[in-house]
Amino acid sequence: MLALARNELYRLFLSPLAWVILALSQVILAYLFLTHIDYFIQIQAKISAIPGAPGVTELIATPLLSNAATILLLLTPLITMRLIAEERRNESLPLLLSAPLSMLQIVLGKFLGTLGFFFILLLLIILMPLSLAIGSSLDFGLLAAAFLGLILLVASFTAIGLFLSSLTKQPSIAAVTTFATLFLLWIIDWSTQSTGLFNWLSLLNHYQPFLQGEVRTSDIAYYLIITVVFLTLTVRHLDSERLN
Amino acid sequence: MADSPLLNVRSLSRVFGTQHAVNDVSFSINKGEVLGFLGPNGAGKSTTMKMLSGNLAPSYGEITINGYDLLSEPKQAKSHIGYLPETPPLYKELTVAEFLYFCAQINQIPSSNRKKAINIAIDRCGLNDVAQRLIGHLSKGFQQRVGIAQAIIHSPAVVILDEPTSGLDPIQIKEIRHLIRDIATEHSVILSTHILPEVQTLCDRVQIINQGKLIFSDSLSGLSQHMQASSLLVTLKAPPTRVQLYTLEGVSSVETLSPTQFKLHYHPENNPTELLLEQAVSRQWQLMELTPIQHSLEDVFMNIIQQENSAMEQS
Repeated sequence: MLALARNELYRLFLSPLAWVILALSQVILAYLFLTHIDYFIQIQAKISAIPGAPGVTELIATPLLSNAATILLLLTPLITMRLIAEERRNESLPLLLSAPLSMLQIVLGKFLGTLGFFFILLLLIILMPLSLAIGSSLDFGLLAAAFLGLILLVASFTAIGLFLSSLTKQPSIAAVTTFATLFLLWIIDWSTQSTGLFNWLSLLNHYQPFLQGEVRTSDIAYYLIITVVFLTLTVRHLDSERLN
Repeated sequence: MADSPLLNVRSLSRVFGTQHAVNDVSFSINKGEVLGFLGPNGAGKSTTMKMLSGNLAPSYGEITINGYDLLSEPKQAKSHIGYLPETPPLYKELTVAEFLYFCAQINQIPSSNRKKAINIAIDRCGLNDVAQRLIGHLSKGFQQRVGIAQAIIHSPAVVILDEPTSGLDPIQIKEIRHLIRDIATEHSVILSTHILPEVQTLCDRVQIINQGKLIFSDSLSGLSQHMQASSLLVTLKAPPTRVQLYTLEGVSSVETLSPTQFKLHYHPENNPTELLLEQAVSRQWQLMELTPIQHSLEDVFMNIIQQENSAMEQS
């Protein structure tokens, strides 16, 4: 299983796609990072007098990680689309299916490998706010909470993308459906009359508390449930494909 | 255990919708055997291979590999098979060595043996010169070899090769056949093909499958009995009359192809060749040509399929 994850990660870095995604997301987030710093410097003088005013972490790190989540929403489909759809198109899936591996191991291997890539991406992102620690004092608790939220968010993104990639032979279709699904789950509570269920389903809703530094079990559970459900669906789908 | 077949298939069926792609197929393969699976395109060869390798679940039936049931103990069973599908399953962005390392890992070869297993596979498949090259840059013949290397890396008891020579040029075909024969010294091999000479040169036992059904299963010598010559092509410069030829002992019928050329049919147990030679010399028929006409495997193949079809129509 770990061999599969390693192979997945390694092959990802053999393709230019991974490098391009890493580079461009850095460029965009670095630019946003700089605008946030710029804004902070502008208002610094005004808010320094107010007691209990938001600090560097709230004004720079939080919006940056909020932006990062949006960018990940756009990037995830590009990474997850190839996971199974491309193997199917290259007819390389039999290699895994005829090896002594269970379907769960195959799916988990692919999931963990992709998550590994996103972990690298997130580390690069978090380095930006961390660099502020050189010149000011940061709220590391808040930063850690936001980082945890981001990891959980990406795990659920990846699981959804993996499942949709297992449904088709065309990576581009997997990408489009993944993007649509993620986006729908992102905006599902935007309707003014949204009910409890829609509110609960919203990916964004559960991410916000992390950005405020609140680590709630219910939010962690939500992301874990989404991840487990879609991974299970993937296993079930690939298994049923052997039967039908 | 030693005498039980390595791979045993009992009444295997696979239904797609209403169509029986494979219908009640049973066979087994013993240690060191090369079993040829022969059939026209769409006969159910690949479906059978997919089921044997665990890529497709059978609708009915049972597959046992080295004593392990493929359905209830898939992991143990799968570790005893190596499978090369029609399209070799390769990651073209990896080098040959990297790819085989990954294959060794997913086939649970312990890390202490991994290097050795990879080197053996590379050696046997003649991949030494290309081990560090990207698979995507190799010729189709070499890619096929990598596919075979992948199938034998964990030294499985049974190697399943689905049309291993399709799409290769004649030289590559020869090399791959050579490789398969070499592999057969250590593993049992199941080979599917629609190329008949391939079966003749490689296999110990032949099974013919048509429309999902096994219609012939015998040793290669059994198949060649079907192919035994039973007619002669004769050219005589000064031919006798047809009746004279007909009265030769053993000749059952004479076909006149041209004024000087005849086709003699005879009973397989009563070959008139010697008699004909004797007569031709003593009576000065001036023999120009004498060729035994062998049934090609194609003929036999078509015969068996036609027999089966007409039998089905009658019933």
